[in-house]
Amino acid sequence: MNKLMAFWSILTKDMKNYYLKPPNISWGIIFPISWTLMFFIKSDSTVDLRQILPGVMALSILFGTTSMLAVTITFERKSRSFERLLLAPISLNLLMLAKTTGAIFFGIINAFIPLLFASLMIDLSGINWLTTFLGVVLIAVTSTFLGLLIAVSVSEVFEAQTFSNFFRFPMMFLCGLFIPLEKLPVFLQPLSYVLPLTYGADLLKFAINSAGSIRLWVSLLVLIGYALVLFLISTHNIKRKWIY
Amino acid sequence: MNIIEVKKLTKKFGDFTAVNGISFSVKKGEVFGFLGPNGAGKTTTINMLTGLAKPSAGEIRIAGYDGSKEIKKVQQIIGIVPDESNLYDEMSGLDNLLFCASLYGMKKEVREKRAKELLEQFSLADTGKRPFKAYSKGMKRKLTIAAGIIHHPAILFLDEPTTGIDVESARQIRRLIKELNAQGTTIFLTTHYIEEAERLCHRLGFIVAGKVIKVSEVQALMEEAQQENVVEFRTEPNGLDLEKKLVRVFPKIRIKASTGHSIRITSQEPIELMPFMKFFAQEGIKVSEAKIIRPSLEDVFVKITGIGIDKLKKEKEGKRR
Ligand SMILES: Nc1ncnc2c1ncn2[C@@H]1O[C@H](COP(=O)(O)OP(=O)(O)OP(=O)(O)O)[C@@H](O)[C@H]1O
Ligand SMILES: [Mg+2]
Repeated sequence: MNKLMAFWSILTKDMKNYYLKPPNISWGIIFPISWTLMFFIKSDSTVDLRQILPGVMALSILFGTTSMLAVTITFERKSRSFERLLLAPISLNLLMLAKTTGAIFFGIINAFIPLLFASLMIDLSGINWLTTFLGVVLIAVTSTFLGLLIAVSVSEVFEAQTFSNFFRFPMMFLCGLFIPLEKLPVFLQPLSYVLPLTYGADLLKFAINSAGSIRLWVSLLVLIGYALVLFLISTHNIKRKWIY
Repeated sequence: MNIIEVKKLTKKFGDFTAVNGISFSVKKGEVFGFLGPNGAGKTTTINMLTGLAKPSAGEIRIAGYDGSKEIKKVQQIIGIVPDESNLYDEMSGLDNLLFCASLYGMKKEVREKRAKELLEQFSLADTGKRPFKAYSKGMKRKLTIAAGIIHHPAILFLDEPTTGIDVESARQIRRLIKELNAQGTTIFLTTHYIEEAERLCHRLGFIVAGKVIKVSEVQALMEEAQQENVVEFRTEPNGLDLEKKLVRVFPKIRIKASTGHSIRITSQEPIELMPFMKFFAQEGIKVSEAKIIRPSLEDVFVKITGIGIDKLKKEKEGKRR
């Protein structure tokens, strides 16, 4: 009960202080919107639009979540207020869940912006909504925890941003969203299969266009596995570096 | 009863030993002061006690809990006021307090009442709605203390509570620490300020270069220093002549003309004043004042640590600008 209260107030504090603040809202919302527009304008037929939708959704999540952690974690660490949380009588795991849940929600909301846009232009029937939602949640969790790992590995906010791009841009091109995996150079293909976003994107492709190339349960397991590992490494790093 | 028990506590940063096998204990209900110069290891010790740093070696017990394995239980009953404020800049004073209270599981009505009470008590009620970043240094420190005690901790850790703030705020904070202690809170504080230690603490630990060189009651420290009796006369006229004459008349006693118009007399035995007064009367010297000089904690500190008081003072001024 006590712990739940702490969890809830950390979450709502972050929401109020960061997620709902104008610069972040705009960063978080404009980003998926511009992705959406960019890809939708470029594609001329409605078939294309639906083909591209999973990719735009996945990228909106990826960019939305990873950029938030730089603020909620790296910035608070730098301004020392993170110490207050480390000194609170709640376990590190619960603390980090509280610190990341906001970003996960944010990512999920980001995913539905392109979907909303698309619904205005094309017919969305035939989408497996349950799998879509599951895919969105898993991509949000995994990329949030990737953002977390980056945020605890650096000490400056700008480093976190730079470092995120180091992961985000290769993932964008290697995850099979815009260039199908089979068409990638052979030597890059193994790399694709190492990236979590590949599995998330495939899951969405499957849900939206019945077009995935990886088995559903493999994607699910890999994403869950990634999320767990990223979270564990992050908390381990905090214990090692911040509780020095 | 000892509420904090520290044994052979050590903290190394690479090759550097910041805290070097220190042992001490803090009694329940007392104000315990850690006094030492910059870099002595005060903050590092607090960090280890409160769970922000991992000891390289040694043992900590707080209120019966193991300081490393049961740190979350320890954290429930301690309050921590760090040397620099670590509250949220964007949030108002009130919201900061409410947030901190909720971390300790205080219910909404309870924490709202308590937060208002504290703002009142710290004369911050009018500024409770302002963002923390708009607070002055003294206000920030006060709010940080309020945040540290919002959950009624049994033990309060204060890292240099009055460094860098004005005299009036410092006085207010000291008064508050005394009140808290009177209500039963055990206080562990660090300071550079000898006067503060003398005024606030029941017991003191002197820490220099990572080692605790002495732990003792303030009272006992003063008595220990009282090995010599010193009397100072303010006289007129004065001069080397007078000093020489006095030395001749009272051969067993150490006599020194300290400034142009006062003369200091030191002896292992209690000093009888009458013979001196008679002497001054015979010589036609006016005595406007005679006072007994008591040793200060400063003298004790210098004697024990070998660190000049000027150095200790100069260091603290340069800090936290
Ligand atoms: N994270 C760290 N890494 C390396 N060295 C450190 C670290 N933290 C502290 N030290 C060193 O340990 C020593 C003790 O530092 P500490 O902050 O405990 O001193 P202090 O007594 O609190 O001093 P001050 O009066 O300046 O606050 C210093 O020499 C400091 O440089
Ligand atoms: Mg310090």
